[in-house]
Amino acid sequence: MEIFLQQIINGLVQGSVYALVALGYTMVYGILGLINFAHGEVVMIGAMLALSSLTALLGWGVTPLLALPLSISLAMLGCMVLGYSIERIAYRPLRHAPRLAPLITAIGVSIVLQNLAMMIWGRSYHSFPQLIANNPHNIGGAIINNIQIIIFVLALAFMAGLMVVVNRTRLGRAMRAVAENQHAAQLMGVDINRVISITFMIGSALAAIAGVMVSANYGLAHYYMGFILGLKAFTAAVLGGIGNLRGAMLGGLLLGLIESLGAGYIGDLTGGFFGSNYQDVFAFFVLIAVLVLRPSGLLGERLAERA
Amino acid sequence: MTDSLLEISGLKVAYGGIHAIKGIDLHVASGELVALIGSNGAGKTTTLKTLAGLLHPAGGQIRYDGKSLDSVAAHRRAAMGIALVPEGRGVFARMTIEENLLMGAYSRSNNSEIATDLERMYGLFPRLGERKDQLAGTLSGGEQQMVAMARALMSRPRLLMLDEPSMGLAPLMVQKIFDTIRDIAALGMSILLVEQNARLALEVAQRGYVMESGAIMLSGAAGELLGSDAVQRAYLGG
Repeated sequence: MEIFLQQIINGLVQGSVYALVALGYTMVYGILGLINFAHGEVVMIGAMLALSSLTALLGWGVTPLLALPLSISLAMLGCMVLGYSIERIAYRPLRHAPRLAPLITAIGVSIVLQNLAMMIWGRSYHSFPQLIANNPHNIGGAIINNIQIIIFVLALAFMAGLMVVVNRTRLGRAMRAVAENQHAAQLMGVDINRVISITFMIGSALAAIAGVMVSANYGLAHYYMGFILGLKAFTAAVLGGIGNLRGAMLGGLLLGLIESLGAGYIGDLTGGFFGSNYQDVFAFFVLIAVLVLRPSGLLGERLAERA
Repeated sequence: MTDSLLEISGLKVAYGGIHAIKGIDLHVASGELVALIGSNGAGKTTTLKTLAGLLHPAGGQIRYDGKSLDSVAAHRRAAMGIALVPEGRGVFARMTIEENLLMGAYSRSNNSEIATDLERMYGLFPRLGERKDQLAGTLSGGEQQMVAMARALMSRPRLLMLDEPSMGLAPLMVQKIFDTIRDIAALGMSILLVEQNARLALEVAQRGYVMESGAIMLSGAAGELLGSDAVQRAYLGG
């Protein structure tokens, strides 16, 4: 029972990070019909920017309590500029090209960013300074520490904030209008290029937060960390129904749980033949299963003709 | 001609290699209701899309309120008072009726005026007021046409362009939509109406243009066009 509870906690924490990243995939897909495979690298750059600025700030003698939020803000800002630039430079010129062209470009951007990060930060693992006391709390035999609590609560807060923006504001209405019908949105006076840029920037800011969360949770950052994370968050978006914001959040949390419970029990179920190091396999089983059984995802609409 | 709100001269539009519009002249005076009729593929929709900025002219001039629209992007034309109710309505199906109407007011910033106009639209189309929180995609074709018209009016346009408002609607609904067009015109708004149903269009309009294969074949007072042999034969089945 303790294992079960522990894996639920781990799954929800990891899942909330997947959800934040999945939102970035799904928002861009909803508006452009493009799978932005470079999104995982934005997560990595966010982590790296936070790490570098944190190290510098601490070196200048800034107190950790101030340095942490400051470096997170810098990482978000940096990633917003990065997200804006990616769209402006790599995707906008291909807006009317056949769909394969931007997809391949996205993979290209991903490779460029990975190599750029490798040149700047090197190939080695960087340890993320531990600024928050771990203080493990015991809940019915399972352990949850302060960082995990902060990650989960912060992730939920950002998701709630995004939902408010999308559902209740003028900008959110414009985003949904552009997602549904770009010509009609233009007729209403919406500058679609501006809305698309803002969408990339919001997604990238969420990615930066997620990057900081992952590296704070594991205490590590690495130029390659965005690749697998990005693929898993993409899986989460597909699981929930790509293009659907609630789906991305649900898919993220579910994928976190599936992975964590799978890793927790696979050893027992296979008599020790597979270990928890097979954790990554679950995400891709889920991806294949969804694509075969329900390609529209859990909350996705079937692609019906318009009324 | 100085009081023309819209003045088109020699407009040419090429569309995927085809010359869809081959140099047309057309004008709409302030407060005038002008019909643009013609058969399928004549270039009527292309004309409206070009005026709204969704397509770019290959030649000629569009002047609106005395200014050239050449370098004005589509989204800026809405703020200038140009509204298009597109063919097929183009409502935002996954948004509520009220959200659709608020999108119509996207270029405006005075919230209390927007709220007043919302109430006016619900007065003009009571059916929309009763269902304002319903998703637009769940409405009937006629109701969606009302949403599209109310949404366009929410921008407080000076030039309202309607593309085939009667298309696919039941006769009773067509009657209702055309009554509304008449009411809006009576308020002094300039309207450019594109219709395949030539008789209906010419009955509400003051002047009309007949378009064929990308060119204007005939133009004149709506009553004269209704009576003309050529129009009778080609479009009115007489």
